[in-house]
Amino acid sequence: MSTIMNTVEEFVETMEPQGKSVADSEQGYHTVGEFSIAEPRISCRHVNVFYGEKQALFDINLDIGQRQVIALIGPSGCGKSTFLRCLNRMNDIIEGCRVEGKIQLDNQDIYSKDMDPVILRARVGMVFQKPNPFPKSIYDNVAYGPRIHGLASNRTELDEIVETSLKRAGLWKEVRDRLDHPATGLSGGQQQRLCIARAIAVEPEVVLMDEPCSALDPIATATIEQLIDELRERYTIVIVTHSMQQAARVSQRTAYFHLGKLIEVGQTSRIFTNPRHPLTEDYITGRFG
Amino acid sequence: MQPDTLIWILLALSALAFYLGRNRAIQASSGHIRNLHSLPTYYGYFVALWCGLPALVILCLWLLFDDKLILQMVISQLPESWRNLPEDQLSLIINQIHNLVAGETGRQEVDPALQRAADHYRQLKAIGYQALTVLVLVIATASLTYGYRHVSPQMRARNSVEKVVRFTLILSSTLAIFVTIGIVLSVLFEAVRFFSKIPVTEFLFGLKWSPQMAIRADQVGASGAFGFIPLLTGTLLISAIAMAVATPIGLLAAIYLSEYAKSRTRSIVKPLLEVLAGVPTVVYGFFAALVVAPLLRDFGIELGLKVSAESALAAGLVMGVMIIPFVSSLTDDALTAVPRSLREGAYGLGATQAETITGVVLPAALPGIVSGLLLAVSRAIGETMIVVMAAGMTAKLTLNPLESVTTITVQIVALLVGDQEFDSPKTLAAFALGLTLFLITLALNLVALHVVRKFREQYE
Ligand SMILES: Nc1ncnc2c1ncn2[C@@H]1O[C@H](COP(=O)(O)OP(=O)(O)OP(=O)(O)O)[C@@H](O)[C@H]1O
Ligand SMILES: [Mg+2]
Repeated sequence: MSTIMNTVEEFVETMEPQGKSVADSEQGYHTVGEFSIAEPRISCRHVNVFYGEKQALFDINLDIGQRQVIALIGPSGCGKSTFLRCLNRMNDIIEGCRVEGKIQLDNQDIYSKDMDPVILRARVGMVFQKPNPFPKSIYDNVAYGPRIHGLASNRTELDEIVETSLKRAGLWKEVRDRLDHPATGLSGGQQQRLCIARAIAVEPEVVLMDEPCSALDPIATATIEQLIDELRERYTIVIVTHSMQQAARVSQRTAYFHLGKLIEVGQTSRIFTNPRHPLTEDYITGRFG
Repeated sequence: MQPDTLIWILLALSALAFYLGRNRAIQASSGHIRNLHSLPTYYGYFVALWCGLPALVILCLWLLFDDKLILQMVISQLPESWRNLPEDQLSLIINQIHNLVAGETGRQEVDPALQRAADHYRQLKAIGYQALTVLVLVIATASLTYGYRHVSPQMRARNSVEKVVRFTLILSSTLAIFVTIGIVLSVLFEAVRFFSKIPVTEFLFGLKWSPQMAIRADQVGASGAFGFIPLLTGTLLISAIAMAVATPIGLLAAIYLSEYAKSRTRSIVKPLLEVLAGVPTVVYGFFAALVVAPLLRDFGIELGLKVSAESALAAGLVMGVMIIPFVSSLTDDALTAVPRSLREGAYGLGATQAETITGVVLPAALPGIVSGLLLAVSRAIGETMIVVMAAGMTAKLTLNPLESVTTITVQIVALLVGDQEFDSPKTLAAFALGLTLFLITLALNLVALHVVRKFREQYE
C-alpha cells in the first residue's frame, strides 16, 4: 500500500509546477506542497464531490497525520465543510450528493461496502458549523452519545462523562446548576461549546471541527484551543477556521482551499511565512476579495 | 339608487380621493419628498380612507336597520284589527307583505289591505334609498374635503393609515371569536330550555337513553329517558377503536415517508394516502356496513363469539382507516419540520437511523404529533355517517366492541329528523347533546394547546 502511495507522491512531485497559478484550469491542476505524508491516519485521493450537477470539490488529494491538527482555510463557499463532511460520510444523508475517489482511514476505504457509516461516525466525531443542540436537556445532550454506545454502565459513570466533557469544553461552570434545563435555552456560544462537549463525550479517534469558535469570546476560544491541544496528544483533528491566527496557533499543517480545489498544503509555519502559491499568499495576507 | 351602485360610487370616489391626496402631498412637498412626514401614497390612502370609511359605516348601519324601521311604519298603518293580533299571527301577515313586495302574489285574491301595506312598504323603501344616496354622497364629499384639507407635510399620514390597518386586523381576528360565541350562545340557549324540562343531573348521569316523548298528551307508554352516559361511552368506545387503528398506522406511515422513503416513492405514496382523505364518509359507511361488519360477524362465529350485525368494532375500524391520512399527513408535516441539522447531530455521534428517529426526531416533533392526534380524535368524535351505517342507532351502555352502540352525533341527527314540535324535550335534547359535544372537543383542543405549549417551552 505504502509503495503505491510513494509512487503517487513521486509522480505528483515531478508534475508539480511549483508556484504557478494553476487553479484556473478546470481539470488536472496540482496541489502545491506536501499533501502526502508518511503514515497518514486519513488519506484522500482524487476526491470529487457533486451536489446534483454542481461539482463542489475537484480532485482533492490530502493526507492527514496521526496526532496532529490540520487546519482547513479558504474563502467562504470554497468547500471546506464539504470536504470535512466527506471524512465521516456525512454527505451520505444529503440527497443528490455524490462522492467520488478514495478516502482511507487507517488504510481502510471508508466508502467501501464493508464500512458501516454508523461505526465510522462513532470513530470520526464532528462538531458542526452551526450549533445544533438537540431539543433535550443539557445533560441529555452530552449523554446522548455515551448512551447509544453504552459507554457508561451506570448513572455515576455517565454523570462523570458528562461532567468531564463539559469541563473540557469550558462550559461546566456556566451550566453545572442547570443541567436539566433545555439546551436550546443556552446562548449561541454556549450551544457551540455544548456541541463540542457532546462530540468529545464519545471519545472519537478523529475529531472534525467546523469553525468551532465562530461564536466564542476570546476566553472561551482559548479554552477550546487548549482542548484541541489536549486532544492532539491522542487523536487526529481537522479544524476549519476563518481565523488565520487560530490556524497558526493550533495547527501543525494547513490546507488552503479555493473554489473547490486544494491549492496548497504544508507545515503551518511554512504556509504562513512562505506561501508558495499566489492565491494562498493573497488570502493569508488579506488581499483576497 | 340601489345600495350596490352606491358602494361602487363610493369606491370610485375613494380612488379619486387617493389621487387627490397624493398629488396634494407631492405639491406640498415642493419637489422634495423628504420634506413630507410620510410617503405620498400614505397621504393618498389617508384621504381615500376619510372619503370612504365614514360613508361606508353610515351605509352599513342604514342597511342593517332600515327594514325594521320601515316595518314598524307599515305595521302602524295596518288596520286596527290586525295590529292587535297575537304575535305569531302578526308575523304571518308580515310574511305575506314581504311576499307581496317580492312579487310572489300566489294564486288567491290578495286582500286589498295587504296590497296597500305592500305598496306602502315599497314606497317607503324607495324614499329610504333616495335619502340614503343623498346622505352617503354628502358625507363622502364632506369627509373627503376634510381629509384633503388636512394634508400637509407635517401631518403624520402613515401613522393614521397604520392605525386603520391595525384596527382592521384586530376586527378580522376577533370576528371568528364572535361567530363562535354566537354559535355557542344559540346552542346554549336551546340547551337551557332543555334543562328546564329535564334536570341536568338526569342528563349527565342517567344511564338510559330513549328519547321517546308522548307527542299527544293522551298517548300511552313512552316517557323519555335522557341519560347521555350510554352515548358518551359509545362515542368514546368508537373513537378509541378508531384511534387504536389510526395512531400506529398513521405514525409508522409518516415515519416511513419522511425518514426512509426516497423522494420519488414519497411523491407517489403521499398523494395516494391523501386520496383516502378525499373519500366521502358515506362511502366508508357502505364499506363498513357491507364488507367489514359481515366479515367480523363470520369471524366471530368461527371463534364462537356473538357479534351483532352492527358493531362498534366495525365502525371503529373503518373510522380508523378514514383518519389514517389525517394522522399521517399531520405527523409527516411535524417530522419534516425537524431541521436536518438535528438529524446530522445524531448521525455525527454515530447514531443509527432508528436511534436518530426515536431519540431525536420524534421527541423534537412531539408537540406537532400530539396536536395532530388530538385533532384526529376530535374528528373521530364528530364523525356521524360511518356510525349510523355500521354501529347502529340503539343506545346501549356497554364497553363491548362487538355490540351495537350509538354516538352523540348520530343521536343529534336522529332527534332532529322527522316531524317534531320544536320545543319538545326530544328536539331540545339535540341542542344539549350539541353543547356537550362542543365542550368535549373544546376540552380536547385545550389539552392539545397545553401539550404543545409545554413542549415548546421546553424545547425552543
Ligand atoms: N447541501 C448542499 N446542496 C447544494 N450545494 C451545496 C450544499 N452544501 C454546500 N453546497 C455548495 O458547495 C460549495 C461548498 O460549500 P461548503 O459549505 O463546503 O463551503 P465552505 O467552505 O464550508 O464555506 P463557509 O466558510 O462559508 O462555511 C458551495 O458553493 C455551496 O453552495
Ligand atoms: Mg462551512
